Amino acid sequence: MKVSIYRYNPETDKEPYMKEYELDTAGKNLMVLDVLNLLKEQDPTLGYRRSCREGVCGSDGMNMNGKNGLACVTALSEVAPGVFEGRKPLILRPLPGLPVVRDLVVDMTMFYNQYEKVQPYLQNNTPAPAIERLQSPEEREKIDGLYECILCACCSTSCPSFWWNPEKFLGPAALLQSYRFLADSRDTETDARLAKLDDPFSLFRCRGIMNCVSVCPKGLNPTRAIGHIRDMLLERGV
Amino acid sequence: MSIRTVTFDAIVVGGGGAGMRASLQMAQSGFKTALISKVFPTRSHTVSAQGGITCAIASSDPNDDWRWHMYDTVKGSDYISDQDAVEYMCSVGPEAVFELEHMGLPFSRTEEGRIYQRPFGGQSKNFGEGGQAARTCAAADRTGHALLHTLYQQNLKSGTQFYSEWYAIDMVTVGDKVAGVIACCIETGEVVFFKAKATVLATGGAGRIYSSTTNALINTGDGIGMALRAGLPVQDIEMWQFHPTGIAGAGVLVTEGCRGEGGYLVNKDGERFMERYAPNAKDLAGRDVVARAMMMEILDGRGCGPNGDHVHLKLDHLGEEVLLSRLPGICELSKTFGHADPVKEPVPVVPTCHYMMGGVPTNIHGQALRLSEGHEGEAQFVEGLFAVGEVACVSVHGANRLGGNSLLDLVVFGRAAGLFIEESLRQGMEQAEPSTDDIDRAMARLRRWENSTGGESVSELRNNLQSTMQNAFGVFRKGDLMEDGVSKVADLRARIANGHLEDKSMAFNTARIEALELDNLLEVAEATAIAAETRKESRGAHSRYDFPDRDDENWLCHSIFDPKTKTLGKRDVNFKPKTVDTFQPKVRTY
Amino acid sequence: MTTSVTSLGRNGLHDWLLQRVTAVLLAVYFIFMAGWLVCNGGADYLTWKAFMGSACMQIANTLVFFSIAIHAWAGLWIVTTDYITRMQFGDSATRVRLLIQLVIAGLTLVYALWGLLMIWGGA
Repeated sequence: MKVSIYRYNPETDKEPYMKEYELDTAGKNLMVLDVLNLLKEQDPTLGYRRSCREGVCGSDGMNMNGKNGLACVTALSEVAPGVFEGRKPLILRPLPGLPVVRDLVVDMTMFYNQYEKVQPYLQNNTPAPAIERLQSPEEREKIDGLYECILCACCSTSCPSFWWNPEKFLGPAALLQSYRFLADSRDTETDARLAKLDDPFSLFRCRGIMNCVSVCPKGLNPTRAIGHIRDMLLERGV
Repeated sequence: MSIRTVTFDAIVVGGGGAGMRASLQMAQSGFKTALISKVFPTRSHTVSAQGGITCAIASSDPNDDWRWHMYDTVKGSDYISDQDAVEYMCSVGPEAVFELEHMGLPFSRTEEGRIYQRPFGGQSKNFGEGGQAARTCAAADRTGHALLHTLYQQNLKSGTQFYSEWYAIDMVTVGDKVAGVIACCIETGEVVFFKAKATVLATGGAGRIYSSTTNALINTGDGIGMALRAGLPVQDIEMWQFHPTGIAGAGVLVTEGCRGEGGYLVNKDGERFMERYAPNAKDLAGRDVVARAMMMEILDGRGCGPNGDHVHLKLDHLGEEVLLSRLPGICELSKTFGHADPVKEPVPVVPTCHYMMGGVPTNIHGQALRLSEGHEGEAQFVEGLFAVGEVACVSVHGANRLGGNSLLDLVVFGRAAGLFIEESLRQGMEQAEPSTDDIDRAMARLRRWENSTGGESVSELRNNLQSTMQNAFGVFRKGDLMEDGVSKVADLRARIANGHLEDKSMAFNTARIEALELDNLLEVAEATAIAAETRKESRGAHSRYDFPDRDDENWLCHSIFDPKTKTLGKRDVNFKPKTVDTFQPKVRTY
Repeated sequence: MTTSVTSLGRNGLHDWLLQRVTAVLLAVYFIFMAGWLVCNGGADYLTWKAFMGSACMQIANTLVFFSIAIHAWAGLWIVTTDYITRMQFGDSATRVRLLIQLVIAGLTLVYALWGLLMIWGGA
């Protein structure tokens, strides 16, 4: 099969280019990460991140034939029609909207900065009990679909609002985490958290495009979480 | 050659659960703490832990007792865990777990609002007399993920200074003392000396010495490599756990919690074969026992699939609701990697390398130990060096770790080391002052790769090493095969010394990192091979055809591998817990 | 928290709510107008003038003009802050954006006042 990969080494390349590779997959429906690992044996200079290779660490988010996803849990047959059959090349690019460090590796500083801004840790101003803080299964259920985020950045880097204002708009990943703590019955700083989201950019730059939902490799729904935060802001502000 | 120096009170190498628990402890107390991790911390392998953290918090059973947990752990270890260490882990455990909950870890809950606990393998009530216990605290089947993210979040809050995507190359030693590490910024290629009074190794396991493993691609034994190159010994390194349920072909793990929730293994005839091997605990016997039983079924021709090379994990009888609420991640992984939807069909599984019980010997404060005469003498502290988590051998896992005990090990001993270092810093811990030569020595292997001009490629050498280990040091081991393995690994040492790093660029050069990782894989593999070949008995995960029985007379002890002489010595196991009676070695049945 | 001095209410929730409320108002108005036109297809200028000259319609039209102005300003402010940034315009982004925002604000104001003149000016 043919694989076309975005290449850029800041030390040697004036500008990025697409490099074509030929790979014999022996008809196997490999994961995209397996393809990259095989190509790296041919060409050790190829740069990409990877760790768990099972879709839980969030290292290998990339753009595959135009759609963001995790290379390790995306089989060739799922990339785009015709890729697995060899009718179309597999096209790999770094996540869009973030500066490229090298090849498929992007600088995620802006993404992490936004995550840190939402104070992504539990805050509780009551003294801790000797055992765990009690939480009913119903209360606990409210953070299902939120805490599972792996910070792969597939969502935020597919969001046009994040592309235009990566420093001001928190982006779907950070907002999902923001709601994870707003929805946690054990967190007592709801009001202070909401006060920080009230400006025209941090949350309200979400235009409901829902690219985040369509690319999330964990099947999470940041748009819905953003809607919930908006409802909370309304309740607080009206 | 002079390089930039940055100075801290303490540095932690490794951003998994143990490392981040240690750094959190120190940063919270206001000490200048750096955490060096070759990946962004939440991408560390702790994130893959699924089933839970075993601890007697008395939620599922109000009468649960940490001593019962201790009994199970000692029995599970096949009696070569140190009983003082197990006692510490099991008794301090509840406090450590409640702390995690207070930090925000989203545990699953019982109707009473307490932490949900599920049954895991090797768990019993009342010292093995009271039947199966349910002691593993869980956040669905994503406990490791929940734990790691919670710890990262708390470190953010506490002001730990993160050096993410920095790779630690080697320790800087001054005589017998450790003064810090040399690390390389992956993004820019810059090499920096991190100087600290305390250096904590928390680099995790090395499952990547095998070709088939549940471990992440980053589990290359970097801490073990650094310790061995510094001339420090490793303990019980022959003890490698093979997890019963790795998805066949892919190596990806499905949690023991599947069997805890009621799933079971069947062979090609649909027989629940564990009833034959472990009549009481059945599918929830120790992992070594289940893994061996599975291999016996496969070797006796009762394996499933066209090649009869795996068995089936049956889950569909649990019903869709239980599977989706308790084991949602497993359903996802099975579909992606096993091409089987557990709601409808069994998952193909095979024992897969999972955990390194051995490691850098430490006491319960995480202080690294060396033995006075290479390997047979008295234990002494290595000044300035600590080890926590999988890289350490405290030893609480002995010859076989119980499911759910790894996460407990991480938080209890990460915390313990943090507390100890804090106290030592308050009392004026000294900083070893290295000379230029000391620093230079730690750069030697980087320089060798940088100066290589030809030779075999890193990927070729790595593939060779992994298949050698896979073939000779798997679930069942044989003397002649292991001898052959030892000599192949020795050959590989020579070949790797002449390996070639073609790409010498600075910016995010992953080829350089893979070359440096290969050095560490080799160190771990060599120690494993020699230790496994030398331990002439079968105990826990170490199972030999030629010595099929446990030999308490000669081998009821730790093994100590000395890298200088490449020989194996013995070290006494601690049988003296402080508050309970010794658990005497017994025949181990489930 | 990001602050903004040129946005309508300098507050995200406020702008967001106004945009929604004005959108609903405009929708109701235009559906009503479409309905009126369908029912009064053959209406001549005098009927139209009488209809528009009624107090009810004068108030409704005023509201609509204000709604359009508010809706347009909120929407166009977002457009300018999305697309006229350092990424596209470099260091001059702020100046260019402020200029365009002033032009839009001016036009919107002129348009709203003109509308008021039409409705209440008695012409």
